[in-house]
Amino acid sequence: MGIEGIGARVARKEDKRFLTGLGRYVDDMVVPGMKHAVFVRSPHAHAAIKSIDTKKAKAMPGIIGVLTGAELKTDGIGNLICGWMIHSKDGTPMKMGAYSGLATDRVRYVGEAVAVVVAETRGQARDAAEAVEIDYEEMPAVTDAVKALEKGAPQLHPEAENNLIYDWEIGDASAVDQALDGAAHVTRMKLVNNRLVPNAMEPRAALGHYDKAEDHFTLWTTSQNPHVARLVMSAFYNVAPENKLRVIAPDVGGGFGSKIYVYPEEIVCLWASKKTGVPVKWVADRTESFLTDAHGRDHHTEVSLGFDADNRMVALKVDTIANFGGYMSLFSSCVPTYLYATLLSGQYAIPAIHCNVRAVYTNTAPVDAYRGAGRPEATYLLERTVETAARELGVSPADLRRKNFIREFPYQTPVIMNYDAGDYEASLDAAMREADYAGFPARRDEAKKRGKLRGIGMSCYIEACGIAPSQAVGSLGAGVGLWESAEVRVNAAGTIEVLTGSHSHGQGHETTFAQVVASRFGVPLEQVSIVHGDTDKVQMGMGTYGSRSGAVGASAIVKALDKVEAKAKKIAAHLLEADESDIVIENGEAKVAGTDRTLPWFQVALAAYTAHNLPEGMEPGLKEGAFYDPTNFTFPAGCYIAEVEVDPETGHTDVVQFVASDDFGNIINPLIVEGQVHGGLAQGIGQALLEGCHYDPTSGQLVTASYMDYTMPRAGDLPSFQVSTTNTPCPGNPLGVKGCGEAGAIGSPPAIINAITDAIGNNDLSMPATPQKVWAAMRRNQ
Amino acid sequence: MAEISMTVNGRKVTGTVEDRTLLVHFLRENQGLTGTHVGCDTSQCGACVVHLDGKAVKSCTMLAAQASGSQVLTIEGLAEGGELHPVQAAFKEHHGLQCGFCTPGMIMAAVDMIRRHPQGLDEKTVRAELEGNICRCTGYHNIVKAVLAASEAMSGKAKAA
Repeated sequence: MGIEGIGARVARKEDKRFLTGLGRYVDDMVVPGMKHAVFVRSPHAHAAIKSIDTKKAKAMPGIIGVLTGAELKTDGIGNLICGWMIHSKDGTPMKMGAYSGLATDRVRYVGEAVAVVVAETRGQARDAAEAVEIDYEEMPAVTDAVKALEKGAPQLHPEAENNLIYDWEIGDASAVDQALDGAAHVTRMKLVNNRLVPNAMEPRAALGHYDKAEDHFTLWTTSQNPHVARLVMSAFYNVAPENKLRVIAPDVGGGFGSKIYVYPEEIVCLWASKKTGVPVKWVADRTESFLTDAHGRDHHTEVSLGFDADNRMVALKVDTIANFGGYMSLFSSCVPTYLYATLLSGQYAIPAIHCNVRAVYTNTAPVDAYRGAGRPEATYLLERTVETAARELGVSPADLRRKNFIREFPYQTPVIMNYDAGDYEASLDAAMREADYAGFPARRDEAKKRGKLRGIGMSCYIEACGIAPSQAVGSLGAGVGLWESAEVRVNAAGTIEVLTGSHSHGQGHETTFAQVVASRFGVPLEQVSIVHGDTDKVQMGMGTYGSRSGAVGASAIVKALDKVEAKAKKIAAHLLEADESDIVIENGEAKVAGTDRTLPWFQVALAAYTAHNLPEGMEPGLKEGAFYDPTNFTFPAGCYIAEVEVDPETGHTDVVQFVASDDFGNIINPLIVEGQVHGGLAQGIGQALLEGCHYDPTSGQLVTASYMDYTMPRAGDLPSFQVSTTNTPCPGNPLGVKGCGEAGAIGSPPAIINAITDAIGNNDLSMPATPQKVWAAMRRNQ
Repeated sequence: MAEISMTVNGRKVTGTVEDRTLLVHFLRENQGLTGTHVGCDTSQCGACVVHLDGKAVKSCTMLAAQASGSQVLTIEGLAEGGELHPVQAAFKEHHGLQCGFCTPGMIMAAVDMIRRHPQGLDEKTVRAELEGNICRCTGYHNIVKAVLAASEAMSGKAKAA
């Protein structure tokens, strides 16, 4: 590695603009003539719309337009869809209810958009939004997915009888039942994975601009995947054909999954711009974000894990009910199926696994992928169950895990996945060393003297990243391919621009991708620029989610670099009068191996563009594109160990030590990778201790709709983390990388809960483990 | 409407704003200083922190008219002579930012925190002091590291001077 190349701890190139207030987020964009949109939203969780009267609102000062769903329909704008087809076990397709960008006859969750007001100022738009008169007839609401399946529950969509979207299964049910019947010990648990709100710090925003002269639309939006947004808006929502729609996702202030999807507001702002003749900007306030961003998790699960007399796992049975909210969000259907049940083998050799999943409509905000998406849910249930089993069997949790680890690769699980590489013992050992696992009893005794209950908890996670070979995901129902594109443009004077279909919203691609390029040719990092997030600049891409930018996005760059290098070598060989196979390009020059004959990189580039002296028949220029389709998922894995101290008087939990040992394969920039782990850990610890999205079960009102009510992790809630890595390179991609964006959020919740239940000696504890819940659990002991 | 005037990043500015205009909106929309962000509307997240007469305030929690006559410093005015302020430099060196949205408020709060603790800072104090600034990306680990490093660098500088 060079000082700036692959593996180097380089400070980020993109930081300067953010540090000096010069980042450009959607809300910072100003277009001449731009006006402001405010949405009129349902105050009810479930109601029929009897009438909408916009007359009074239209007469208010500064109003340019008040638009409703009826007009949206008349103009032929299509309903929102879920783009991943899941079939129930009886072979029927999932039951997708109609989802209009603006509700026309019925609302199904608090905050659902019903009308939009466009005005000179945001204040005027807000005032007028309050004057839109909507006559609602309230209907009974249901917010809990288990209750929504019960007889007599309020029914949401005529398409989905009993609110059931699909009833899906994977694995061999009879083999599992048989193995559990014959098991020496079965650990059974009922677990809830608490509903979360992603809470990117930048609220969602959209600026739609219709250019009448060109009959062309531009959308600036807070998106993790602007190309997918353009595709979906063109192909399904009929907003505009792709060649008449430019989507730009500039600086985006965090996503965590919530900015993958196309939301009603983006479609409506584009449509409203044409309708009103002015550019239309909408920016969510925080409560709107809470009400309308796609939420995460919300599973109810029953699990049984069987062991033989030697404590080897024989079978795992899982039955899950997943809350989907009032409508199916863009990728919602794949989260509790192919991103969840396929990971249930964890790090263990389990011969038989069966999982059943029922997806259910409720009167809550749509639920979709949130950091980890399915994998945190799988890890939470498996790692709490394994830890519980160790306690029931009276063996060390580390030993029980170690005994059941998968040790040979590739390993085919009973639930689709084929793990390509890993060394689970290495990360377990590294974490135990770092945590001084052996010294825990002494620390517990010392804490006891101070009146604190100290506990230790472990979690060994696996995740699947990159998602995934396009043909494979297509056969599983995906509506899109999951490849990535790249174009490497070497300019005439040797600087390099890389166009990527990945999107950076905090991940630092402008640095890591540049490191990959700098490594290849030995050019300085500042001579490499990364271009992303604009459909006019980058032709097509699939965006950033599922920890895929390194494994898939950077692999596409490598493929394009291969082509550039091959052509550059031909040019250099011609100019240096050497054989092509003798040319090496490094340290910013092409040289003939074993000689002192060299040619600076910029001269190779210049020669490509002057075209005065190129090899016979060669086209001028030095620019190559590539599409990379992954051959498999990648499988990062690791071991996390948490130590907590609980105050027995108050039930308050302090995380006093947190150790993370991750195997991400090869690492391009350790500084950035560590940052990704830190952030993931904070979100996972937030889920375990603090965060819980709560709807009032009767009214369906979101009770936790601001930072006064929803507990975000703050600096004082968290410790400094001890993070380190082990490395089994990924054999499936050219860089050997696996992905690191979600691991922290996947592995940490069970480690924390296992530590608290260890401390208090009561395993009956759900997330978030608030002081009240921990205190109550301790009292149940007595 | 209210007539207001104030000094922003050393420059005298005036404006006519709706009475209900918040300071943050005056800075962003009237002055084009979009480095100050709105993240929550309830004074919780701190993305909007600026300095008012030398003290950190949440600019989403005061009317522009209330700031009339004051000296306002925003993130855009922090770096001097093209060189990053030590707190900005420390955030870069220690990777104390990811998406960058909370960063301006975080930095303005950190500068104020370091000013109020000339004797130096420890991790516990920094974490407690950051109570009013929410970051969703970094887990605070590297922010805390950056603030401690900046505090040390600045006290070193003060001693040297």
